[in-house]
Amino acid sequence: MERLGNGIEAGRLTPAEYAANFADLHPRLDKHEALVAADRCYFCYDAPCMTACPTAIDIPLFIRQISTGNPLGSAKTIFDQNILGGMCARVCPTETLCEQACVRNTAEDRPVEIGKLQRYSTDIAMQENRQFYRRAAPTGKTIVVVGAGPAGLAAAHRLALHGHAVVILDAREKAGGLNEYGIATYKAVEDFAQREVAYITAIGGIEIRNGQMLGRDFSLSDLTANYDAIFLGMGLTGVNGLGIEGEDLAGVEDAVDFIAALRQARDKSAVPIGRRVVVLGGGMTAIDAAIQAKLLGAEEVTICYRRGKENMNASGYEQDLAKANGVIIRHWLAPKSILGQDGKVAGIEVEYTAMRDGQLIGTGETGVLAADQIMKAIGQSFSASGLGALQFSKGKIAVDTEGRTSLERVWAGGDCTGIGEDLTVSAAAQGRDAAESITRAFAAALQPATAVA
Amino acid sequence: MADIRNTFVGIKSPNPFWLASAPPTDKAYNVERAFKAGWGGVVWKTLGEEGPPVVNVNGPRYGAIWGADRRLLGLNNIELITDRDLYTNLREMKEVKRNWPDRAIIASIMVPCEEQAWKAILPLVEETEVDGIELNFGCPHGMSERGMGSAVGQVPEYIEMVVRWCKQYTRMPVITKLTPNISDIRHPARAAKRGGTDAVSLINTISSIVSVDLDTFSPNPSVGGKGSHGGYCGPAVKPIALNMVAEIARDPETYGLPISGIGGVTTWRDAAEFLVLGAGNVQVCTAAMTYGFKIVQEMITGLSDWMDQKGHRTLDDITGRAVSNVTDWQYLNLNYIAKAKIDQDLCIKCGRCHIACEDTSHQAITNVVGGIRHFEVMEEECVGCNLCVNVCPVENCITMDALPAGELDKRTGKVVEPTYANWTMHPNNPVARQAAE
Repeated sequence: MERLGNGIEAGRLTPAEYAANFADLHPRLDKHEALVAADRCYFCYDAPCMTACPTAIDIPLFIRQISTGNPLGSAKTIFDQNILGGMCARVCPTETLCEQACVRNTAEDRPVEIGKLQRYSTDIAMQENRQFYRRAAPTGKTIVVVGAGPAGLAAAHRLALHGHAVVILDAREKAGGLNEYGIATYKAVEDFAQREVAYITAIGGIEIRNGQMLGRDFSLSDLTANYDAIFLGMGLTGVNGLGIEGEDLAGVEDAVDFIAALRQARDKSAVPIGRRVVVLGGGMTAIDAAIQAKLLGAEEVTICYRRGKENMNASGYEQDLAKANGVIIRHWLAPKSILGQDGKVAGIEVEYTAMRDGQLIGTGETGVLAADQIMKAIGQSFSASGLGALQFSKGKIAVDTEGRTSLERVWAGGDCTGIGEDLTVSAAAQGRDAAESITRAFAAALQPATAVA
Repeated sequence: MADIRNTFVGIKSPNPFWLASAPPTDKAYNVERAFKAGWGGVVWKTLGEEGPPVVNVNGPRYGAIWGADRRLLGLNNIELITDRDLYTNLREMKEVKRNWPDRAIIASIMVPCEEQAWKAILPLVEETEVDGIELNFGCPHGMSERGMGSAVGQVPEYIEMVVRWCKQYTRMPVITKLTPNISDIRHPARAAKRGGTDAVSLINTISSIVSVDLDTFSPNPSVGGKGSHGGYCGPAVKPIALNMVAEIARDPETYGLPISGIGGVTTWRDAAEFLVLGAGNVQVCTAAMTYGFKIVQEMITGLSDWMDQKGHRTLDDITGRAVSNVTDWQYLNLNYIAKAKIDQDLCIKCGRCHIACEDTSHQAITNVVGGIRHFEVMEEECVGCNLCVNVCPVENCITMDALPAGELDKRTGKVVEPTYANWTMHPNNPVARQAAE
């Protein structure tokens, strides 16, 4: 059967199967479903869900607005705190954030469906292209934002709101960052990332220049010379390597590249996939890659993670989703070498691991998994040049709680900094907060210090 | 097995669940379906006088309010009395009664407030051999504009007069149906009793505008852009009905007058509450209109199972059992002191008790203790108002615990007295002080 052919091949499924597999993972709630779901919210005082949200969205209020038939007001409540509320509604690991904090868990182990409700309101507002914000009078300041991902977009929107002009420089062809290139296809269907970029930039005063890469096309000192302030939000561009034999064989690739290529492919049937795929890693990227490999028609997809289930960065929900899609997750297995035949991947040798005295060690017991494709999802790293004297902390840009870097007039946020979790919602919060910090800095500079005593 | 057979003003039915006079009892077809489903009796939809029948609006007749998931909580209607020919109704009533001899059939009647009109219709009804009549002095919409329904029910002298005519011109038991659209339900009940009624039934519907369409600015239900007040019923009106039933049950002038309880009866529990507050049976409409006739099966089994569990053998064992516990505020025991207590194992930390108390009551519930989200009652502030219990989403999480006599009330600094003391004896009561001096 051709569909089960060995090697890395495209067109393993029927058109109907591709369509079904890459449809919206959770279609939007309809009005009735939303009302029923909204009614479960207790409108808690000082609600724990709000505290759990990195952007501190007033969740009880937006849900109450849904329940009273005011989805647009609800959307504004969300966007007030997080202009990327639409994407966050799709990709946030709500089960470890707001929904984990929901008091409903205590009584019945079933939280209010906050993520789905957030999507309900934001979808309605975005479909109507309802713009809630009017820019303040022009300040005459121009801020350059490096990276059009979640951090950069959140910063740009808030800066534009305050009347500043914003120029975003982004290395890729399209804006959106990981929202465009790094999210599983079924989580953001129908070109949602681009629609969100359009919705955000519709406020005005934001110019996006694509194909502009830091270190290649410009340096930080170029920016400090030409702009009033700089926000760095370029994310992580490096990918960790395995450093084992066979890594250069055909069929070994980075999971982030696979995910990006699949997202960009108009025709999913043209995306080749192995018959037996092994994904190395334990985070969301590993899960996204593995599930989508399966959805492309791979017969056997195995995630190998070198530690235990409890150590995986992927949430329990994501792990369950992978299993439900037929992905096998194996723990305590570390890659030892990639085996090849005729220059192509034929399998992977793995070694069992264990924790001994707080150290992860190989037990010496090894085995081989047959594979014709290996995806590496063992983490990304910060690699950028052109940053001059900027200070780093643990390999990432050092910032304070407002996003200020070691350099005057330079702020940073998102994955390129070491603060917060590596989530869209955290990046959105950091971008927004940096924009406020920048605005405060301008205001402070306008008012010369005066003695008060 | 509890015996729930019912005898109400001499009328027997296999259970105390009757369908009220309303659309579900409009004609033989519906009534037979109801009897098949198990209903103990029906009050046939109100008959008008001989001649061309009334006409109804041909647009919407109902409006509603809903809880979550569109659970119907209150229903409003602008339907009039039967719009079918009098003789058609009478023929069908006779036929159904003959086919269902063990079930109760009551004829609801509404004719103009003239002796001749009542004198004319009563023999026609009597001829059907139904079990009794109910005088519709209740409908607050439409018919009231023509001097009938609640227009009669709002004037005790008219009630007394019409009841007297009915007692004069028929041997059938007379049940007088009262409107709640008055200031004190005891006055129409007393009037009915003076007129010689065998029983009262209440409540009829409450005058209401159920909602307004904010796009068209028309009240609902909207008949071509206009609305008229309707009669409100369903679960939302039950508390009003219970109070009115209890008021009549404990009024010295009407004490012992049989009452057919109506108003939002949806489950066996609702029915039981009416019965213990003095109703001899109950009438149901909205619940049947919402869910169909089958609901009576839940009511029958629920009432019977509860009675078995509690050892009540017959309806007489429960009827009126709560009446003596309904009293005037001034006789409530002011030495009864209760404090809210939050079960920390059940608490889900939603904070609703705290914010309700903090914003709107007595600032007696914490929200943070030692830097941790924690909700606890401060006894020295708690007046025992019970608001926290009512807003808590978890049943039995917050309870009201009575302080035993001899214990210190931390709020007042006084020891709880073992004796009963009410407002009439309180030193702050000017009347009591006068008496003491």
